[in-house]
Amino acid sequence: MNIKALFSAASVFFLLSFSASTSAQSLYQDLGELEGIDQLNERFVINLVEDRRISHHFEQTDLARLHQMLTEQFCELAGGPCVYSGDDMVTSHTGLNITRSDFNALVEALQLAMDDQGIAIGAQNRLLALLAPMHHEVVNR
Amino acid sequence: MNLRYSTLAIASALCLGLSTQAHAAGGGLLATGGVTTVEGSAGGGIVPWAVMSGYAEEGEWGGTVSLSRASVDDFNLSVTAASFSFDNRFEFSVARQSFDLSTIGGELNQNVIGAKYRLAGDLIFDRLPQISLGVQYKQNNRFGLPEAVGAQRDSDWDAYIAVSRAWLAGPFDRTWLANATVRATRANQTGLLGFGGDESDSYELVAEAAVGVFLHRSLAVGLEYRQKPDNLSFAKEDDWMTAFIAWFPTKSVSVTGAFVDLGDIAGLTSQQGYYLSLQAAF
Ligand code: HEM
Repeated sequence: MNIKALFSAASVFFLLSFSASTSAQSLYQDLGELEGIDQLNERFVINLVEDRRISHHFEQTDLARLHQMLTEQFCELAGGPCVYSGDDMVTSHTGLNITRSDFNALVEALQLAMDDQGIAIGAQNRLLALLAPMHHEVVNR
Repeated sequence: MNLRYSTLAIASALCLGLSTQAHAAGGGLLATGGVTTVEGSAGGGIVPWAVMSGYAEEGEWGGTVSLSRASVDDFNLSVTAASFSFDNRFEFSVARQSFDLSTIGGELNQNVIGAKYRLAGDLIFDRLPQISLGVQYKQNNRFGLPEAVGAQRDSDWDAYIAVSRAWLAGPFDRTWLANATVRATRANQTGLLGFGGDESDSYELVAEAAVGVFLHRSLAVGLEYRQKPDNLSFAKEDDWMTAFIAWFPTKSVSVTGAFVDLGDIAGLTSQQGYYLSLQAAF
C-alpha cells in the first residue's frame, strides 16, 4: 500500500476535475423540467408540513401558493423558461424567526423529496448549491 | 477498569435516552460535525478541523463519544474520546490515548484535553469559510521512555487555527470539503514521546491539511496530511498521512476507516497500517 502514490494520484485527479466541463445536460432537464419540478415541490411541501421540527412555521401558510412559488423559483433557478413572480426572500421570511436548524430541516425535507423523485445526487447538489446563498436572506430575519 | 468501557456504557445510555425523544438531537446537517481525531477534537482522523463536534446549532448543545484504533507494523494506538459542543461556537473534548509498543515492548499513555472556538464563518453557508481556534493540553502518564530518549517535559500545550470549507456542488457535482490547519507545537509523535527534545525545544509551526469528497450524502472519502516536528536526535520523526473513508448511516453514528502511513517511529521504519474509528453523536 503506497499512500504517497495515492496522494499524488488524488491531487492530479483533483486538479483535472476543476478543468473538466460540467455536465452538458441542464439542471432544468435533470430535475424533470416543469412537470418534474412541480411533482418535486408537491413532495417537498408535504415533507415540510409533516416535519415536526418546522411544521409550526407553515400553520398560516397558503400551501398551494407556496407550492406554485417554489416551482416558479426552482424552474427559473435551474435555467427553465419560468419567471418567479413571488415576493423576494427577505420579505417573505422576515418575522418568521427561522433558525439555522430550521433551515437545515428544510434542506433535509428537500433532500428526501429529491430522493423520492429519483433525482440523481449530482443534480441534487446543484440545486442545493443554488439555494445555499439564500441562507442569510432567510435565517434570523 | 477502564475509561473505554465506561465511556461505551455512557454512549449507549445516551443513545438509548436520545432515541426516545426523536428530535432532541442538534439541528446540524449530516456529517457537518466531522469525525473524532486521535486527539479528541472534531476533524478527520489526524487533523483537527474548524468544525464543531456533533450537531449543535445556535442555542443547542451536542457531543460525541468515540473509540478509535490505529494499528501499524510495530505499534498500536487506542483512543477513547468524548466531546461536548454548544451554540455552534464552543467545543470541549477529552481523549485518552494508549500507545502499545508491540515490538519494543511497553506502553505509552497520554491524556489530551481540548477546547475549540469558532471565530467566524460557516462550513457551508457564510461568505467566509469556517475559522476556528483551538488548544490542546497534553499530558503523558508515563514519562520514563520519552525522558530517556531526550524529551524535555511530560506535558504541554498545542494551539492551532483551522479553516474548513465545503462546496455543495464541487467538481463532478459532488460535495467537497477542504481543511487547512496551522499548529504551534513542541510535541514528539503528537506528545506520546513527550514535548521538546535535545535537538530543539522551541515551538514550531506545522501545517496540516485534509481534502474529502462525498460520494453521496452519507459516504465520504479523502486524504489527510499532518506535518510534525523533529525534536529528538535518537530517531527521525516523519509526517503522517491517511487515506480515509467515513460513513454516516445516521446523525447518531459514524464509522471511519483509513489506511495510515506514519513513517518512521522511534527508529522503526515505514509504519503503515489501518485505522478504525466508531463515533456516537448526539
Ligand atoms: C433557501 C431556502 C428557502 C427558499 C428557497 C424558500 C422559498 C420560499 C418561497 C418561494 C416562498 C413564497 C414566497 C411568496 O409567497 O411570495 C416562501 C415562503 C415561505 N417560506 Fe420559505 N424558503 C426557504 C427557506 C425557508 C425556511 C427554512 C422556512 C422555515 C422553516 C421557510 C418558511 C416559509 C414560510 C412559512 C413561507 C410562507 C410565508 C407566508 O405565508 O407569507 N422558508 N419560501
